[in-house]
Amino acid sequence: MNPLVKAVEYAVRGPILLKAGEIEMELQRGIKKPFTEVIKANIGDAHAMGQQPITFLRQVVALCTYPNLLDSPSFPEDAKNRARRILKACGGNSLGAYSASQGVNCIREDVAAYIERRDGGVPADPDNIYLTTGASDGISTILKILVSGGGKSRTGVLIPIPQYPLYSAVISELDAIQVNYYLDEENYWALDVNELRRAVTEAKEYCNPKVLCIINPGNPTGQVQSRKCIEEVIHFAWEEKLFLLADEVYQDNVYPKDCQFHSFKKVLYEMGPEYSSNVELASFHSTSKGYMGECGYRGGYMEVINLHPEIKGQLVKMLSVRLCPPVSGQAAMDIVVNPPVPGEESFEQFNREKEFVLSNLAKKAKLTEDLFNQVPGIHCNPLQGAMYAFPRIFIPTKAIETAKAHKMAPDMFYCMKLLEETGICVVPGSGFGQREGTYHLRMTILPPVEKLKIVLEKVKDFHIKFLEKYA
Amino acid sequence: VMNGIRDKVLTLDTMNQSVKNIEYAVRGPILLRAMEAEGRHWGVKKPFTEIIRANIGDAQAMGQKPITFMRQVLALCQYPDLLSSPSFPEDAKKRAMRILQSCEGHSTGSYSASAGIQMIREDVARYIEHRDGGIASDPDNIFLSTGASSAIMAVLNLLVSGKGKTRTGVMIPIPQYPLYSATLAEFDAVQINYYLNEEHYWGLDVAELQRALEQAKAHCQPRVLCVINPGNPTGQVLSRENIEAVIRFAYEEHLFLMADEVYQDNVYAEGSQFHSFKKVLMEMGSPYAQQLELASFHSCSKGYMGECGFRGGYTEVVNMDPAVKQQMLKFQSVRLCPPVLGQILIDIVTNPPQPGEPSYQQFQQEKKAVLSGLAEKAQLTEKILNKQPGIHCNPVQGAMYSFPCIQLPPKALQRAEELGQPADMFFCIQLLEETGICVVPGSGFGQKDGTYHFRMTILPPLEKLKILLEKLSQFYAKFTQEYS
Repeated sequence: MNPLVKAVEYAVRGPILLKAGEIEMELQRGIKKPFTEVIKANIGDAHAMGQQPITFLRQVVALCTYPNLLDSPSFPEDAKNRARRILKACGGNSLGAYSASQGVNCIREDVAAYIERRDGGVPADPDNIYLTTGASDGISTILKILVSGGGKSRTGVLIPIPQYPLYSAVISELDAIQVNYYLDEENYWALDVNELRRAVTEAKEYCNPKVLCIINPGNPTGQVQSRKCIEEVIHFAWEEKLFLLADEVYQDNVYPKDCQFHSFKKVLYEMGPEYSSNVELASFHSTSKGYMGECGYRGGYMEVINLHPEIKGQLVKMLSVRLCPPVSGQAAMDIVVNPPVPGEESFEQFNREKEFVLSNLAKKAKLTEDLFNQVPGIHCNPLQGAMYAFPRIFIPTKAIETAKAHKMAPDMFYCMKLLEETGICVVPGSGFGQREGTYHLRMTILPPVEKLKIVLEKVKDFHIKFLEKYA
Repeated sequence: VMNGIRDKVLTLDTMNQSVKNIEYAVRGPILLRAMEAEGRHWGVKKPFTEIIRANIGDAQAMGQKPITFMRQVLALCQYPDLLSSPSFPEDAKKRAMRILQSCEGHSTGSYSASAGIQMIREDVARYIEHRDGGIASDPDNIFLSTGASSAIMAVLNLLVSGKGKTRTGVMIPIPQYPLYSATLAEFDAVQINYYLNEEHYWGLDVAELQRALEQAKAHCQPRVLCVINPGNPTGQVLSRENIEAVIRFAYEEHLFLMADEVYQDNVYAEGSQFHSFKKVLMEMGSPYAQQLELASFHSCSKGYMGECGFRGGYTEVVNMDPAVKQQMLKFQSVRLCPPVLGQILIDIVTNPPQPGEPSYQQFQQEKKAVLSGLAEKAQLTEKILNKQPGIHCNPVQGAMYSFPCIQLPPKALQRAEELGQPADMFFCIQLLEETGICVVPGSGFGQKDGTYHFRMTILPPLEKLKILLEKLSQFYAKFTQEYS
């Protein structure tokens, strides 16, 4: 088979999840375990953990799906108006027609308008908006078109360590060169430009560093970059002639009051024409995270800045082979960028539901950080954003040796034991990357508060026992 | 650097060169021209009132209505409040509840397992068993996908390896649906053309397969044989004997067989019948049934459903190495999962209303209306086009396209060459400019040297289709006169 595909790894749904599946089957068959259910805290899937969809969003997509409902008194006018508008822009006025490969026109316009509002008036051109099948599809498409060259001129792609393993997987698949830059755990997982410089300088020996990937807010680390940091990164990209990828799917998931999301696009623009006319940037968003949690719809978009017009043509051509992203996902994205506004019938409920989800996540973020930090041998940085905790875990030498004997990464060994003894499924830090000699795990903060407390309690008990066992 | 604007990082020179080689005619230059024409400011009165997009197999865009039951179940799944609405039939509600139970968190908003919702994979396996007269299908061999296209690309991706003379060669029919050539270009695999026989209803000759294979062995390692049945753009429906011969050939030559069967519900011609490659393979028994590696593809975009925009599809793999299957699953997991609504649509295809259920009659009615409508239009298309001297249209046995052969006069060939265009592209552009009808030149699909074709869908409503076909014939007559 294709050796590049063989080399691909994606820890979030990797060996730990396969094991979780086996255990679930055993539970179903009545095999006795020290727990009654497997808790899948491995994946950023809010609905799977009981989060409710936003009513308005589902009303609009239902209306689009089955337009007979436009005559139903049970649906508010504002939802109907949006549905009518979306349907009018669809071929045959149906979600069942292919859309243009770049996405339904009026939805792209809505996305551009949203970006302008979000960025305090910084202009966004609908022509630079591409709707995608989740953000993953956009990210992998851009990376694909960027990768070229051979040997020492093979494209190098800078990615944060720890990273969301879509990046390493796509780099693997494309046979590009992965260039790691380390986030600073001692400093709330901050991005240090000096570290970027170190990484690029070293990489130039064996590849052609061309792309810089940023995840902000971070996954798995949850750090929210300061404006100053973003400016430094942009300046660095400008200096080193790097194409910037800004993965901003967690832009709505920012929790501490003193943290704020700054879009790369906005900062770039505000840095003036030398930067804003030159730096090539692709920013990504999705319907899967935020307050929506609509992972299954595979909705997303990317905004591209300063791309050569011929490249944009190539991009559309490449996308056209797969025809178009799911139109229902595009519709879901439209509601994210075109939500009810004050004065509209659905505004209050919409806002209430949104606030509830976000404040709940903020609560759980703090709770998780606090509870983890109470466990001896676990240290958890503040969860500034996203939906994960990525605590550092101390693994005793004896356990490390046992893991090695089993041909496992020490944190994989730890996570397998955790799963087997508590039913809690989290992803070992080795799946995301970490500094040599350190171990972590990534756990989502998505289970409902009460369940989350129990989960954290169980992890604590397990950890203490684990330390004792391998003392 | 000029005017403070520097050279870009990403240019035609620095980009992925394989991507540059990709072409997809269905949404290629002719469509761009059509869009440009649509937006153009016509100083002089426009010769047509609208652009007719007969370039793409998108039934609902051309006015075909979705199947009511399908949309009801989808709506119920997305907005479960509707489960208490009297306006929805019980059978739709039952299915919606069953589907929601199988979704994580009982929501269509959760990711599913990467191969698709387990229950739906089981339903698909049962559906295939039913379709194939009881031949067993294992849910573990079913991968739900984002339209058939993504599964086809995923399997091809797995298969491509080697370098230089050992680079994977993939046999594809000429004419073909250009997803195949585009994907091979993207993956830098070697395209091996085998020509369908236009003189014989676009039939597939094993002798031609043999010829193509032998020639290819000199410069690549042929490993894959792709068949599209019913054919796109050609519409031919393979006979059972034909399928058996292909299977034997693939087995003897140790080729991985890919059977694109997305038009399996679109069979019109009397005497034509869809036989699934899986069924024929199994019925051929040993050694084929146990050893030939096969991947079959289906979709909710075609058939009687026409739900292109939902991107639903699946592949069934047979005799795939278990370790490779694991790899395929791993690869799928990076993209997490196919769109859940598309998966649900596939489930409804496998699980339609049964006799006695409240929605049965309407469902059958709607399905029949679509399919008989298509059959009527297939026949009409062949008839009208064949009336025109210089145009020859093979019977449209299946799928949703006509792919007529057009004679082009020497002066037209000359003009096309002057413009640097394939001759049939030149024809199609003139057709577009004068009638607003957008069809795809045969050069976008491949054809024997010196022959010219175009692909036009049979999807516009009957009356409109009649008008279009007449207009097209008239234009052709005028064109050949003008360039005679």
